[in-house]
Amino acid sequence: MSDEPISQAEKDEAVYFAERAKAQGAASPGAAPEAPAAHTLFDVQEMELNFGPQHPSTHGVLRLVLKVDGEKILEVKPDVGYLHRGTEKLFETETYPMGIPHTDRLDYIAAATNNHAFCLAVEKLLGVEIPRRAQLIRVILDELQRISSHLVWLGTSGIDLGAVTPFWYAFREREQILDFFEEYCGARLTLHCMRIGGLPFDLTPGWTDRVSEFISDLPARIDDYEQLLTDNRIWKRRTVGVGVISGEECIEWGLTGPVLRASGVEWDLRRAKPYECYEELDFVVPTRQGGDTYDRYIVRVQEMRQSARIVRQCLDRLEPGEIRGKVPRVIKPVAEEVYASIEAPKGELGFYCVSNGTNKPYRMHVRPPSFINLQALPRLAKGHLVSDLVALIGTIDIVLGEVDR
Amino acid sequence: MAEEEQTPGAEKPREAARPVKREATDASGHPWVRSIRAAMPDAVVSAKEFAGEVTVVVARESIARVARHLKDAEDFKYCVDVTAVDWKTREPRFELVYHLYSFSKNDRIRVKCGAADGEEVPSIAGVYLAANWCERETYDMFGIRFSGHPDLRRILTWDGFNGYPLRKDFPLEGIDTGAAIYPEEWPEGGGPPKNDPNRRFVP
Repeated sequence: MSDEPISQAEKDEAVYFAERAKAQGAASPGAAPEAPAAHTLFDVQEMELNFGPQHPSTHGVLRLVLKVDGEKILEVKPDVGYLHRGTEKLFETETYPMGIPHTDRLDYIAAATNNHAFCLAVEKLLGVEIPRRAQLIRVILDELQRISSHLVWLGTSGIDLGAVTPFWYAFREREQILDFFEEYCGARLTLHCMRIGGLPFDLTPGWTDRVSEFISDLPARIDDYEQLLTDNRIWKRRTVGVGVISGEECIEWGLTGPVLRASGVEWDLRRAKPYECYEELDFVVPTRQGGDTYDRYIVRVQEMRQSARIVRQCLDRLEPGEIRGKVPRVIKPVAEEVYASIEAPKGELGFYCVSNGTNKPYRMHVRPPSFINLQALPRLAKGHLVSDLVALIGTIDIVLGEVDR
Repeated sequence: MAEEEQTPGAEKPREAARPVKREATDASGHPWVRSIRAAMPDAVVSAKEFAGEVTVVVARESIARVARHLKDAEDFKYCVDVTAVDWKTREPRFELVYHLYSFSKNDRIRVKCGAADGEEVPSIAGVYLAANWCERETYDMFGIRFSGHPDLRRILTWDGFNGYPLRKDFPLEGIDTGAAIYPEEWPEGGGPPKNDPNRRFVP
């Protein structure tokens, strides 16, 4: 936390507390002037604290073994794997199209982007062209999913730090996005909304109008969240200067997504290695220089605004057309290997696919952003207080379904 | 697609059938491959390019030095991923796969090396911090040990788990984990019996 008082009000507050403490000391002169520090009292220097796996602020089943000195964190040892379901093994036992529903269960609050990454890997292996309409709809689904994922992040990490109100606003908008998905593919969370070579369904009548209306409203709604948090003194005290990491260190740790961009590295796979039709779209990659929890919050909020812009542009470009490319009935790619990745809401989500010429992948490996980003938590948390750890788990935005696979 | 596969021939096949078969091309002349070869003459075994991705196969002993060279000389600063493939019948059995990315080149390179069952692979966790958990996962899933790794423990399964789930000879429905719940139906120690027809393996 920053030690600098942020405003005049805060300075006044500090003076008030100092005076009150003095007054209390005067009222009870018999009280001991200074209590001895806890660790000398009980002759304990360090202790181990088990944090999770059942703990509301771990966003799932993450267990952390902390070594603490009072409230100060000396060491964090993450223990993951409670949600391991052997997804990569399952991919090997089923045909390529049958693998897509499994990807829904990885990052289960951003299923569309998972579907997309899986399909991209297989399409790269097959060398299939995706029709333009399918590309645009895929990008719309991706960006809606990014907004909804960031809204979940905003709501839950706000609650972690005591800001309960934004949660209700964020989930109000997310609900609308889930309704759009439900209307499109029938599911709200585990979408299975993309197929190898394109899309399963065309859009329902009126869907684009409803999305368009929502997108028009969104910037004003984001202003509402920002009004609750961006200049909020408590929010700033809990986030500014917490978990600072430099751009070079981010790269060394393999951190991607908003975490990397909040540390001043302007790198987004949608720009660096454009897939689908991102090349022609006009959007900004938001970056911040501070690399702390507050900057990561700002980057995510800005990303939501940019996503809204992207959806708007795609809606304007939509024209009737094919939604599925020329894909063979039985998908049997050549015996080769490819790696394809997309910019998921949490960072680089990649699929490494090895084919042996049959209709099932010989090996399908997921490069999950949450897993790699979580690795840097001990580095971020060192020297902070236990309550800041809650902020840090929130700020790297993990989903345990993806960490454990 | 899944529905179509279940009913082959139920409807007229799509026109303009299969995409053109593409093949990997030799990439020995690629600048990155030449750079590795210049620094370590014996390291490179082969190199290929497929779908715009360069793959270099190097000797197992030199993998950490190759990673160091690529990071320092060729600016591959970001270790995307480390994983392995179990080739079951091939020699050597395992293939380690490393994906590295360069921000200045805006491109990835895939480095691979072989490892027989029980052979140790030099760890690249000293070169890239990001490789730490990836190598732990590879050890956990395939049983490949990394020499020089700072903390080589299981990560997704628990300590004391017996077996390596992503090996092809690991049965699909799991193995004895020491929890025999129905001893009259299942053999001692749990898990399906060896002659169970339902005991499946990944092809």
